[in-house]
Amino acid sequence: MQVNEFKPKIVAFCCNWCSYAGADLAGSNRLAYPAEVKVIRVPCSCRVNPMFILRAFQRGADGVIICGCHPGDCHYTSGNYYTRRRMALLFSMLDYLGIEKGRTRVEWVSAAEGAKFAQTMNDFVQTVTALGENKRLEDLRCKK
Amino acid sequence: MQRIGVFVCWCGSNIAGTVDVKAVAEALKNEPGVVHSANYQYMCSQAGQELIKDAIKEHKLTGIVVCSCSPRMHEGTFRKTAEAAGLNPYMVEIANIREQCSWIHKDIAEGTEKAIVLGRTAIAKVNLNAPLMAGESPVTKRALVIGGGIAGIQTALDIADAGFEVDIVETKPTIGGKMAQLDKTFPTLDCAACILTPKMVDVAQHEKIKIYSYSEVVDVRGFVGNFEVTIKKRARFVKEDICTGCGLCTEKCPQKKVPNEFNLGMDNRRAIYIPFAQAVPKVATIDPNYCTMLKTGKCGVCAKVCTANAIDYTQKDEFIDQKYGAIVAATGFNPISMEKFDEFAYSQSKDVITSLEFERLMNAAGPTAGKLVRPSDGKHPQKIVFVQCVGSRCAACAEKGKEYCSKICCMYTAKHAMLTRDKYPDTDVTVFYIDVRTPGKNFDEFYRRAAEEYGVHYIKGMVGKISPEGDKLMVRASDLLANKQINMEADLVVLAAAIEPDKSARPLATMLTASMDTNDFFTEAHPKLRPVESPTAGVFLSGCCQGPKDIPETVSQAGAAAAKVIGLLAKDKLKGNPCVAHSDEMMCNGCSSCEKVCPYGAITYEDKEFRGPNRTTLIRRIAKVNEAICQGCGCCTVACPSGAMDLKGFASKQIMAEVDAICK
Amino acid sequence: MQKINREVLINKANELLSNGTINRVFGWEKGDFSYDVTPTIYFTADQMNKKFIFDDFCGANFSKYLVAETKKDQNKVGVFLKPCDTYSFNQLLTEHRFDKEKVYAIGVPCDGMVDEKKIKAFFGEGISSITSEGDEIIVDTLYDGVKKVKKADVLQERCQNCKSKKHVYYDELIGEDGEVLDSNRFDEVEKLEKMTADERFAFWQNELSKCIRCNACRDVCPACTCEKCVFNNPNSGVENKSPANEFEEKMFHIIRAFHVAGRCTDCGECSRVCPQGIPLHLLNRKFIKDINSFYGNYQAGEQEGSRAPLTNYTKEDLEPSEAVNKGDN
Repeated sequence: MQVNEFKPKIVAFCCNWCSYAGADLAGSNRLAYPAEVKVIRVPCSCRVNPMFILRAFQRGADGVIICGCHPGDCHYTSGNYYTRRRMALLFSMLDYLGIEKGRTRVEWVSAAEGAKFAQTMNDFVQTVTALGENKRLEDLRCKK
Repeated sequence: MQRIGVFVCWCGSNIAGTVDVKAVAEALKNEPGVVHSANYQYMCSQAGQELIKDAIKEHKLTGIVVCSCSPRMHEGTFRKTAEAAGLNPYMVEIANIREQCSWIHKDIAEGTEKAIVLGRTAIAKVNLNAPLMAGESPVTKRALVIGGGIAGIQTALDIADAGFEVDIVETKPTIGGKMAQLDKTFPTLDCAACILTPKMVDVAQHEKIKIYSYSEVVDVRGFVGNFEVTIKKRARFVKEDICTGCGLCTEKCPQKKVPNEFNLGMDNRRAIYIPFAQAVPKVATIDPNYCTMLKTGKCGVCAKVCTANAIDYTQKDEFIDQKYGAIVAATGFNPISMEKFDEFAYSQSKDVITSLEFERLMNAAGPTAGKLVRPSDGKHPQKIVFVQCVGSRCAACAEKGKEYCSKICCMYTAKHAMLTRDKYPDTDVTVFYIDVRTPGKNFDEFYRRAAEEYGVHYIKGMVGKISPEGDKLMVRASDLLANKQINMEADLVVLAAAIEPDKSARPLATMLTASMDTNDFFTEAHPKLRPVESPTAGVFLSGCCQGPKDIPETVSQAGAAAAKVIGLLAKDKLKGNPCVAHSDEMMCNGCSSCEKVCPYGAITYEDKEFRGPNRTTLIRRIAKVNEAICQGCGCCTVACPSGAMDLKGFASKQIMAEVDAICK
Repeated sequence: MQKINREVLINKANELLSNGTINRVFGWEKGDFSYDVTPTIYFTADQMNKKFIFDDFCGANFSKYLVAETKKDQNKVGVFLKPCDTYSFNQLLTEHRFDKEKVYAIGVPCDGMVDEKKIKAFFGEGISSITSEGDEIIVDTLYDGVKKVKKADVLQERCQNCKSKKHVYYDELIGEDGEVLDSNRFDEVEKLEKMTADERFAFWQNELSKCIRCNACRDVCPACTCEKCVFNNPNSGVENKSPANEFEEKMFHIIRAFHVAGRCTDCGECSRVCPQGIPLHLLNRKFIKDINSFYGNYQAGEQEGSRAPLTNYTKEDLEPSEAVNKGDN
């Protein structure tokens, strides 16, 4: 093992009703995932403003993941449908600007899917670790 | 500047085992705004809560952060603790260092470091918290029950017996629903009418219950405790309050060729009709699609024979606005259409019938006066085949049928088979099934009696094809246990059609902003713990609109829904959720983006006067959030381009502060 | 040259002003140089005779000005709208930004507007005058004498890829209405999509690093009519008037494009006014292209009252992961 292993900073937005409960369930079942993942609780995935995501990258996050109820199961009936559209467009735009695709993700995790939550986080951390440090969104101007 | 207290819980060894709680408390002491930091074995215990209360008073804390288990577990507890010490309950934030930290990390250094970040994040948020007050709204002490089947009847009776006004809205001319069409009920074989019709009479006579029959809900506005509903009372061309239900008109009406929907079209009724003898309200209704007078202006026989002068050909649809505190959906079910199941020859042969049609054939008040005969030639069938799961448990054929189990078919088929053998012992009865499902009190005993005592042949296997041959029906099926193909002749085939929610449920759910699953059953607020409530506050679920149910289950759910309604109506005021959206009118453009994404219709617009430059007045369109309707999802906050819309308790600034704290 | 000349427009405005239909009208005004035309408001035909202009440099879209102007009094405001301007106009009506009863919209046909930045790029410094004649632009330069260039070669990008010559809103139309065109406006976006992520990043890094945060793109944008922009609002958490660190331009342009996504009519004003020549329309067009391919064709402003794609959904919408992978092809 390397001594100075790169540890990414990951911000996970989780909706209160499904994904946050799924994260709790992962905890109750002692399903490990890396400590680099820090969860922010929001009422619904549709509360996540693209500004929050950019802000996280700006402040040095290496990956941002948004978790919500499965489409059709939103506690507020339709919130995650809007999340899906907003994030599809935002992620496509980030890709267009040349930002590495793996740094952003949307995942639907129900309150019953503790294992999926842990699995998703393990997978996401692995992807972001492989991409390395986020430089493109932290610093965009030419550093000559 | 806030004065924040930090309380780190050990949770015994649950947290302290992998997180150095003392180090966490020490590290968080230096965060901005923190004036006090403590740790304790069990913060949620009486002693732990006292420790928090004392600290709030001693250090004049304006906000607290509890580093403990998930907020889903004890956020409510600590909010009450704070409130008891005079602190606004919304000045409490929880750092989840158990489920999302100590339980998933094994390394103490790693766990401690993460716990500190989580604590820091909660502190960053609490620094921007503001005291929130839950709004109060009054409760209209009247309930609306939509659907007058056994579910709606039971719910209405229970609510009315508790002393609250109840209105039932039923689309048919009479209440009673599907149960009124049934012959006998399993597993006791008592007659459905004998147990249902007294309840219908109770409803009619109850001083607290009002029935809107032949009516439908066309609009729902408002919110829990304060719904405003528009009911469309369709013109029945008979004055309800005058008609005595003598039935003379229904005998004299010359239009005799109207398919009788109560008997599923197996016989005819007149253009003016009373669905069945025990109908409630017992009032005649003119069917405008068939009435010669209404269509051509020539006839008027019913008006001539009516001694009460109750006929009114000029009657118009009436719209009634009424206020309610709670709404119960009890829209029930229907058997699915058999048109996609042509392999069973339902459209080709009159002798292939559905179970509900069989129910009418067996009923003494049915088209054959209870005599079991073949619809095609009126002969007594010697050989009857029952096919189970027609359209139910149809995972592979989802475009045709339903994926779910319709739940009641196994039992009513056993009942049909048993009744047939009981009344006509010379009849040979075969049932084809996938599984026989009999969970329920006395259910399995009932099925065994059918198979063992009454000699009904049960064959495990699906019927592949039914084809009319001569005046017989050829049934091709497989016997899975004997592993062979069966070709069997039958005189009558009865299909246990899957049941589906009534078509009126979907538009109703839209009006109520209640959620539905993909099968159009209403979704419950929690599948286990809140099974009779919809996620939309003030909307409750009764009977098959929530999922397939038999009568005992429907009645118990109906009673449970009534109990929830009574609990709501018994309150004088409702406390709202203070974490709701709020629009800053100085920044709002009135563009309507927020209104379009709001799932609750909580946002309205008004033109408001503002002071413009040079003492002028500017009128601007601005958004207003009805805090009693808003559920606080925050969808509008992202739709709003100007950022005028924000969510209390989860403000943009707070979330960004959390982001910053994590990324620091 | 524009087919309709200024006198026709002045006469129309004069007629409306004198019969009391309107009491003022938005029009273009001659600037210090022939190419820096500015928007202004005229109260009399006299004023118009002196200063009004309608030529190849009258690109400015007046729709946005109506938001503030119609609130000033109860009189009707006249406005000249080119076909692409009417889309912005309709979009603003959809968003209830002004009352159409207080506006008299005069549709004017447009034969494409010239980009003075392109002319400057052709002829360098020292341009003393630019005039147009037929399909040629005649440029008088201080050092090289008179030169000519085909108008088609120096058209603004949005005009080269004109999406519509049809007015979607007007109270009165001057001249004949055109058709919605089958434009190649997404070619440039596709070209970028075909690059590698590294190349795309290099491209945008180069372009956006020119940004001086003058906010001209935002201030001219007919979709950016917020009472207070999030970037001016201390409560938004992203308030910033000038770039505080190197990330800010990117944040600003992504958020700005996102805020107008589904509402942007692709009028191209942002790129027209950018003093640094950043192709900002390529950000907006990416959103438009994505919206068209993900959720079906949608042209903001085409129909008053239409529901913007981001305030709508279907249960079968594609997943964000699929959206990103689509960009690969």
